Amino acid sequence: MAHPTVAVLERNLTVYRRVWRASVMSSFVLPVLFLLSIGLGVGGYVGEVGGVDYLAWIVPGVLAVTAFQMAVGECTYAVLGDFKWVRSYHAMRATPVAIRDMIAGWLLYILLRVEIAVVVFLGVTAAFGALRSPWALVTPLIAGLLALSVAAPVTAFAATIEHDTYFALLFRFVMIPSTLFAGVFFPVEQLPDVIKPLAYASPLWHAVELCRAATLGGAPPWPVLLHVAYLAAFAVAGLAWAGRAFRARLQD
Amino acid sequence: MFQLVSDQPLILARGLAKRFGDFTAVDGIDVSVAPGEAFGFLGPNGAGKSSTMRMISCVSLPTSGELRIFGMDPAVDGSAIRARLGVCPQLDNLDPDLSVRENLTTYARYFGLSRAEARRRADELLEFARLTEKAGSRVEPLSGGMKRRLTIARAMVNDPELVLLDEPTTGLDPQARHLLWERLFRLKQQGTTLVLTTHYMDEAEQLCDRLVVMDGGRIVAEGSPRALIETYSTAEVVELRFGQIRPADIVGKLEGIGERADPLPDRVLLYTADGDAAVAEVTRRGLQPSSVLVRRSTLEDVFLHLTGRTLVD
Amino acid sequence: MVSTMLAVRRLAPRRVGAVINRNMGALRSGPSYWLVLLSGFFEPLLYLLSIGVGVGALVGELRLDSGRVVSYAVFVAPAMLAVSAMSGALAETTFNFFFKMKYQKTFEAILATPVRPMEIALGELSWALVRGSLYTGVFLVVMVALGLASAGWALLAFPATILVGLAFGAVGMAVSTLMRGWQDFDLLSTGQFALFLFSGTFSPVGDYPAVLEALVQATPLYHAVELVRGVVLGELAAGLLVHVAYLAVMTVAGLLFAARRLERLLCP
Repeated sequence: MAHPTVAVLERNLTVYRRVWRASVMSSFVLPVLFLLSIGLGVGGYVGEVGGVDYLAWIVPGVLAVTAFQMAVGECTYAVLGDFKWVRSYHAMRATPVAIRDMIAGWLLYILLRVEIAVVVFLGVTAAFGALRSPWALVTPLIAGLLALSVAAPVTAFAATIEHDTYFALLFRFVMIPSTLFAGVFFPVEQLPDVIKPLAYASPLWHAVELCRAATLGGAPPWPVLLHVAYLAAFAVAGLAWAGRAFRARLQD
Repeated sequence: MFQLVSDQPLILARGLAKRFGDFTAVDGIDVSVAPGEAFGFLGPNGAGKSSTMRMISCVSLPTSGELRIFGMDPAVDGSAIRARLGVCPQLDNLDPDLSVRENLTTYARYFGLSRAEARRRADELLEFARLTEKAGSRVEPLSGGMKRRLTIARAMVNDPELVLLDEPTTGLDPQARHLLWERLFRLKQQGTTLVLTTHYMDEAEQLCDRLVVMDGGRIVAEGSPRALIETYSTAEVVELRFGQIRPADIVGKLEGIGERADPLPDRVLLYTADGDAAVAEVTRRGLQPSSVLVRRSTLEDVFLHLTGRTLVD
Repeated sequence: MVSTMLAVRRLAPRRVGAVINRNMGALRSGPSYWLVLLSGFFEPLLYLLSIGVGVGALVGELRLDSGRVVSYAVFVAPAMLAVSAMSGALAETTFNFFFKMKYQKTFEAILATPVRPMEIALGELSWALVRGSLYTGVFLVVMVALGLASAGWALLAFPATILVGLAFGAVGMAVSTLMRGWQDFDLLSTGQFALFLFSGTFSPVGDYPAVLEALVQATPLYHAVELVRGVVLGELAAGLLVHVAYLAVMTVAGLLFAARRLERLLCP
């Protein structure tokens, strides 16, 4: 007997099979274009950061940001739509599928998507010679943890709201500022002191630092365990929130 | 394995109630449905039928009262109960990004069927729903009737002991409704227990062995369609229209004809055992109705009698 | 704006379309629409601060073709200004325009009156310009405040950004009349993002390989960036007229095409 979680994962993959073409550019091509424009283009003027060339320095950042943006983006309209318009969660609710299966099946799907994108990106950057340590092999794990830590709360958020307008605000006031100021393109130390705590608060920063330590073979600014614990805490809190949000939405 | 299913009701509710804040949707109802029965909840919109159905399908929990499905408590064994239920919700929630066939196989997997089993079951149900030729199509281009049949087929995917249908034919054209009734009747003949809500009298009469009439969250009458008509109405009804004259003004002149006369905004209903005799008496009194219709009594008349209101307005 | 679209595009477009489609009416009426509209301004600003100032601190200074040496932020700021003009205009003339044309049937209703397709096109373009100019105007003030442009040149740059808005708005409308469905917006925003990355925005096109450079020089955002940058930096040269001409042709061709397509689609 298939576990209900697996059945939910399968359903999400079946839907994805219908629409995957649309995601090819954003999952695989755009991160590389970003790398070329900023990493190589601007990097030509930067010289070295932290003892390595700029391209090698931002590769782990762009890797983490790819996972981050995918996790945020995929868990917005798709989740709200499945509640509000497709009503597929209501359909599942009438079967033995439990709420934890719905959430687990959804997050596993996101994880799978993120891992594929990250591994492809890793392959491309290896060809650029931007990976400097065998520890780079653990970056998919870090990206996976990051994806969970943002996908869970964003899924919960999407299950709570009635209007997709909030997503535009989520993108503009959370996702894009994180992308631009959480240590992906330049060191967080450069930020004014009042802004720094905001960067530290973003799960993205912790993942960027872990990835960077991995691909360049150094130590992250905080103890590894602390970074991991921060991301895990986000994931756990997000899961709890998602459970509550799904229950509230499907009840009555 | 040694479960005593024969005399155990599939659904047993005692004092079942559902409240949303100050609003009472279901106000303490008692219901018992036996295996093999086709049971209906009849009532207008807002009578509490759908809230009752949602509690029976273990999607929403009762505020108070007792509810047992297959002898189990939905609050404790919701998942185990749902595994044996088939639910056809009021609003279709088919997946528009999947094909007709994938809608069935995906749903089958939620019940833990193996892939091969899911495929086999989907083929059978496509046949049952007469959708075999549409198997590869997306859901969107299907007609309303086809979508409804697919939703019902989907509800059958786990070979349920009990099928719940919430307003199965609302919004369908007459032809589509008749095809659907025919399919549901086949299920009934195969011994599947059906529980449905409807505000259509003809639907209740066609499909239900027994039904309860709901109004304002309460059950106001219970019985077979025939028994309800016999108890609360007369064998025949005469519908009289009087052009410009208001029905309320003419009722007085009809006194003594049949058992009673009910003025509606546009016509007068005359309840009687013998319609033709009643019409003759109306004419004898010199009244000149602009139109006369003699028909058999229906559940609509039962409902009107019980609540003083019509079902569909 | 660009990365918001990037994010939105990471989804199954059919579902998104349907959801947005259903909520669009409400979105336009509620106060949140205005919040979203306003927030659109912040994105190029955030890019300016992140890449221009943040990464700029790592870059230091940059030598322009003219030989002048400027800080990296000064180099990037005019490009973000041009992008802001482009995005502001495209936001109204692509997604919203398509919605009005295909789902809200707004134009169909208007065309039942004496209004003609060309007038609709001009009207839509004007509204897009208002939105775009709102963004660029504020952005210019910020640039002056941050010392990234002088007030005088900023004033002169404003009409240049209007031309950029006109050109992209007109072409955006023309493209919208060719859209088959929401999924085509996917292609559009991918294209928009590629332009954003490779139009001499973040590094001079002279650095690109020759083939890429020639390719970039054929694309519209390159001309917008070069024109705006030339004016903001006060480097007026006859060469700027080439960019002006390019954008003017875009405007006229886009408008004519859009009006003709509207005519064919809505007045068969």
